[in-house]
Amino acid sequence: MEAVRRFFDGDVFYSFKHSPLTITAAVIVVACIVGATFAPFVAPHNPFDLKTLNLLDAFTPPAFTGRGNPDYLLGTDDQGRDVLSTIIFGSRMSLVIGLGATFLAMVFGVSMGLMSGYIGGKFDAFIMRVADIQLSFPAILIALLIDGVARAVLPKGSHDELAVYVLILAIAAAGWVSFARTVRGSTLVERNKDYVQAARVIGRHPLSIMFSHVLPNVLGPVLVIATLQIGAAIITESSLSYLGVGVPPTQPSLGTLIRIGNDFLFSGEWWITVFPGAALVIVVLSINVLGDWLRDALNPRLR
Amino acid sequence: MIAFVLRRLLQGVIVMLVVGLIAFSLFNFVGDPVSLMLPPEATQADRDAMRQALGLDKPFYVQFVTFIGNAVQGNFGISLRLGRPVSTLLVERLPATLELAFTAAMIGLLVGIPVGVYTALKRDSWVSRALLTTSLVGVSLPNFLIGIFLILIFAVWLGWLPSFGRGDTVKIGLWSTGFLTKSGLKSLILPAITLGFFPVTLIMRLVRAEMLEVLRTDYIKFARARGLSDRAVNFGHALKNTLVPVITITGLQLGGIIAFAIITETVFQWPGMGLLFVQAVQFADIPVMAAYLCLIGLIFVVINLVVDMLYYLVDPRLRAERGGSGGH
Repeated sequence: MEAVRRFFDGDVFYSFKHSPLTITAAVIVVACIVGATFAPFVAPHNPFDLKTLNLLDAFTPPAFTGRGNPDYLLGTDDQGRDVLSTIIFGSRMSLVIGLGATFLAMVFGVSMGLMSGYIGGKFDAFIMRVADIQLSFPAILIALLIDGVARAVLPKGSHDELAVYVLILAIAAAGWVSFARTVRGSTLVERNKDYVQAARVIGRHPLSIMFSHVLPNVLGPVLVIATLQIGAAIITESSLSYLGVGVPPTQPSLGTLIRIGNDFLFSGEWWITVFPGAALVIVVLSINVLGDWLRDALNPRLR
Repeated sequence: MIAFVLRRLLQGVIVMLVVGLIAFSLFNFVGDPVSLMLPPEATQADRDAMRQALGLDKPFYVQFVTFIGNAVQGNFGISLRLGRPVSTLLVERLPATLELAFTAAMIGLLVGIPVGVYTALKRDSWVSRALLTTSLVGVSLPNFLIGIFLILIFAVWLGWLPSFGRGDTVKIGLWSTGFLTKSGLKSLILPAITLGFFPVTLIMRLVRAEMLEVLRTDYIKFARARGLSDRAVNFGHALKNTLVPVITITGLQLGGIIAFAIITETVFQWPGMGLLFVQAVQFADIPVMAAYLCLIGLIFVVINLVVDMLYYLVDPRLRAERGGSGGH
């Protein structure tokens, strides 16, 4: 209780209360997470239940254009699936991959950064060299490459089932570097402080010093990077799915939906692309606004 | 200077060897090249003969050296999907990608610098605020969505510009250029804007930050006190000193632009290397993937090297710390 009260009285919450943009972003993000979690109950239709689909409903324009069907608020796609429902299910897929990839990248990157900074020497030099090389290549290229390799290695047919895991792994592999670098920098500073020296003197195991003493003190920037990385991971995922190397159309993410709609852009069915696209921008923008706010709120120098 | 260049060169070679090793592993451990090249009814004897002919029975390091030797000569084998030599495919596609990337980088500089200067000088005007907000939105806008929205507006609704392909091209030797025909230039506009969007926002914010920093310094105050015109102070004194980091970052971004062209090229069906690479990933066409990886690696290393050396020439402080850790 005490911790909760302190949070609401604290600086971080104060700066949150006084930024309408951040509050809006937070509301959108929370709504997305709730909507995505309870997608089957929130969505007006189940777009993946083939029994309820009717091809005669295909290409219905959005309801507000006056030519549509009030049942399908944002219109339907080429298979008669309700666009609003596919967006809700699609953002579920995008969020799962974005969060999963960021979590994996964070765990791996933070561990590498801690060890690199604490152990130092050859291990540090090696990890940082790898990070340097990887950082000079854009994340999308690395993710594409890993995805391509997975396609070649995995037996035909099983790729579609494993696509989600492959994507999470590929995006995480492209994203761990920024965690590792930041944590290494902070660890180098923390390593020489008295509490670490004290822990070392009383004979704590290095791993225990790293994870239970140093780690809590370097978590602030990690939180900020993680937030911004979720946005970046969702963009990378949607780009890969748009390029046709992401999740299959049977379990679409927002990127897959945009790819599907892209084919109908020229025949005038713009809503199939534009609404998933707008949803993607709003989600990513909200997450980035939250990340920016968090960075400013946690950085005492900027106050 | 020579020690600096040599050290950078050595680092570049190491990076290229690592990239080569990854490409080599793609070739040899992803899928069995022998079964890919032989018909299914081949006997074990055929396989062994093929294995020997390809040198696959030799130890790992011998194979790797052979691979590097071939790669240096541009020999990456034959595309599994198209059945043509990979090097020919890449050379055909290279001009399209380079022209697109170059135009995008130019847009980045020609739009980014003036806008950056403007937002720094008039930092409180609503136009500046609007521009800054736009640049923030730009970071959250995936590249392919910008392309789709541009196609929707300018190609589908207004019908002003073509939405795919490169238009007519003119061949000058091996190089096919779209710069010389009307349809080529028209086709270039939308992809170049799409690809140039991110560099514009990046350069604009960089120029703004650097300008704000410089405008606070004493020599600017002194220049104003001397009664120089605003124009001379802002452009002659301030902007000149912000350009070093801007050129560095733009140079480093050039590699990123070429890599990001993958997405733009797919949206606009632009016949460049990026489109080739995406199709290679979709079909698990390993030779093309490996060759593209090596080529992009080479472009990155060369750009980094050139930028580092330019930096060294421009910034006297780097020359002073002889034998230091080097770089910036």
